[in-house]
Amino acid sequence: MERLYTLIFAAGIGCFLVAFVLSMVFPWMSLDSYHGMDYQTLEDLAETPSAEFVELSESYPEAFSEAFGEVSSASYAEALQLGRDIYAGQACWHCHSQYVRVVSNEEQRWGPPSTAQEYQNALSKPHLWGTRRVGPDLAREKGRKTNDWHVAHFINPKNVVENSIMPPYAYYFSDEGVPKREGFALITYVQWLGTTYTEGSSTP
Amino acid sequence: MTAASQAIALSPTHEQAVAGDRPLVNYAIIRWHLFAAGFSLLISMAAGFLYSLQFVGYYPFPDSELLAPGHLRLIHTNFAAYGWLVNGFTAVMYYAVPRLTGHRVWSDGIAKLIFVAWSAILFFSFTGYLANRAQPIEWGETPTGFRPGTFELNWVPVDLLIVVGAVLLIAQFMVPLFKARQQKFYVTLWYFTSGLVWLALTYLMGNILPEWVLPGASGAAVTGLFIHDLVGLYVTPLGWGLMYFFVPLILKKPIWSHSLSVIGFWALAFFYPLGGVHHFLISPIPDYVEFGAITTTIAIEVVVTTVVVNFFMTLRGRWDALRTNMSIRWFYAGAIMYFITCFQCAFQVTWLFQKIIHFTDWVVGHAHMIMFGTFTFWLFGTIDWLWPRMTRRAWYSNALRGWHFWLSVVGIVIMFTDLTAAGLIHGFMQRDLNPWTDIIAAEVPFWWFRTAAGGLMVIGLLCLLYNMRMTLKNDVPYREDDHVLQPAAE
Repeated sequence: MERLYTLIFAAGIGCFLVAFVLSMVFPWMSLDSYHGMDYQTLEDLAETPSAEFVELSESYPEAFSEAFGEVSSASYAEALQLGRDIYAGQACWHCHSQYVRVVSNEEQRWGPPSTAQEYQNALSKPHLWGTRRVGPDLAREKGRKTNDWHVAHFINPKNVVENSIMPPYAYYFSDEGVPKREGFALITYVQWLGTTYTEGSSTP
Repeated sequence: MTAASQAIALSPTHEQAVAGDRPLVNYAIIRWHLFAAGFSLLISMAAGFLYSLQFVGYYPFPDSELLAPGHLRLIHTNFAAYGWLVNGFTAVMYYAVPRLTGHRVWSDGIAKLIFVAWSAILFFSFTGYLANRAQPIEWGETPTGFRPGTFELNWVPVDLLIVVGAVLLIAQFMVPLFKARQQKFYVTLWYFTSGLVWLALTYLMGNILPEWVLPGASGAAVTGLFIHDLVGLYVTPLGWGLMYFFVPLILKKPIWSHSLSVIGFWALAFFYPLGGVHHFLISPIPDYVEFGAITTTIAIEVVVTTVVVNFFMTLRGRWDALRTNMSIRWFYAGAIMYFITCFQCAFQVTWLFQKIIHFTDWVVGHAHMIMFGTFTFWLFGTIDWLWPRMTRRAWYSNALRGWHFWLSVVGIVIMFTDLTAAGLIHGFMQRDLNPWTDIIAAEVPFWWFRTAAGGLMVIGLLCLLYNMRMTLKNDVPYREDDHVLQPAAE
């Protein structure tokens, strides 16, 4: 009990492995293999560019073509990935959660509760669930607000929500309020959140 | 405690202990790690304080992308963990492991390399966060250095650097531990040995699997386990190892019950890692995994009680030390807050509480209580004891030591109470479907108190750093009984 090898192998490695199997391998097995959930790559997700992405290209044709060229699966994938990277790097996920629980009236406020299937994709690797909700949950954000709302909001959240404490992200927009590449990407990503939810899929 | 290790640890001449023809302990490297620890804590707390200003609407750099509040939040937590705690605990291990084993660490050259590696980790994390390169894994935001899903480099691969740093750290201390493998180890070494193994396994698991292998819900099970193990299997064992080393040393009496030490250690090793998933309860992670995590988390409360009882029984008969000895005061203040936090944890982990308090400031209060109120306090206590010995000079000012203690205590107690209350209000307003803007409006006054409490803690830290600096210039030499404060009556 008090010697080196016991401490290394029983406590150090042994106890760690027991927990690793129980709280990681088991859920992984039941989520991945047993329920046979499909994994969606970035290409799968971006197959059809979203209506919001198309609308961005129409509202800001010059800036958009400079940033992403034509609307296509490839440019949509690029925007989604960049938007997600900014969302991760700016630590947006530390103040906005991305999952809806079945308690606390959350389905009334945010929409249908989260399922495991909807996170089986490349943009949820690693997942961006978050553990704190300073601002609203974003798991069902797609289409909740218009692109114009997002532009005004990212430039200065107080433009649209009087007592918002969210920091402004005006540096992703030109002085005239036209999105830069990062601005387009952020809006595209936020307008994508919730796309992978399909009705009827159940939580194991 | 074995006779051999006790003799070395408690020997009156331990300052001059030698291994062969060289001193047993490398004091220079301890000073460097303490310096890095103090510097990191200053950065961490300054970043935390500035970040809190965003919540009350007075963030000083609203137009800067580099200094966006989100970046400061990453710096706040990561410098607390990888800068302050890792450097602080490494200093403690350099001090304690050679004493308890009777053997020097592996190499002084490796010691320099470890210091450089960890400083590089901190530097490239810091700059990486400013450059939007954080990885979205809580407590493991250190940049992978690769564009997601590819092997194209977009930053220095800090994750790999941490693996290198951790492996070197483990090798450095495994050498003396291995040389002493015929001995029965003292409690401190149980915690240090397994803590080092756990650090490596935890870091590899948490930073590789969710980033490269497991998406979504199964990835969340891993990141939950990672958040939990980093605190429970690195910080907690190192912290308790520190307590088991310094408390008997300073009180000059053995730990009250060896059996309780054994129970405390093995129950921590077994139960603690099983609770990982409790960071994502009522989520798409399968319910049976959540129930397992909840049950074992409640079991941990039993473990905690055994250890805390053991330490308070050790103090029995020496209550005066709380008044006369600054380190003991820090240690036991930390132990009380440890007990409060863990007691709270046994309740907040249930679905009943989770419904309301998850996603709220309650959790933020909980995290600060344990990371600052307990582990940071224990390292403060250690610095209070080590610094005069490292520098061979008496503390410059006893008044500043007192100010540091009381500002920190008052600060953390206000912050904890305030954030717990704010969390409850947020949780109930959320459940009752109040508009989100109303919830924010209700929380702003609490955030003011949080900023004020943080300010007290920062001022306390400045007292410490100034005192450390001035001690270097102090002409009064250090004497062995100097860490005993004068009783108030004299």
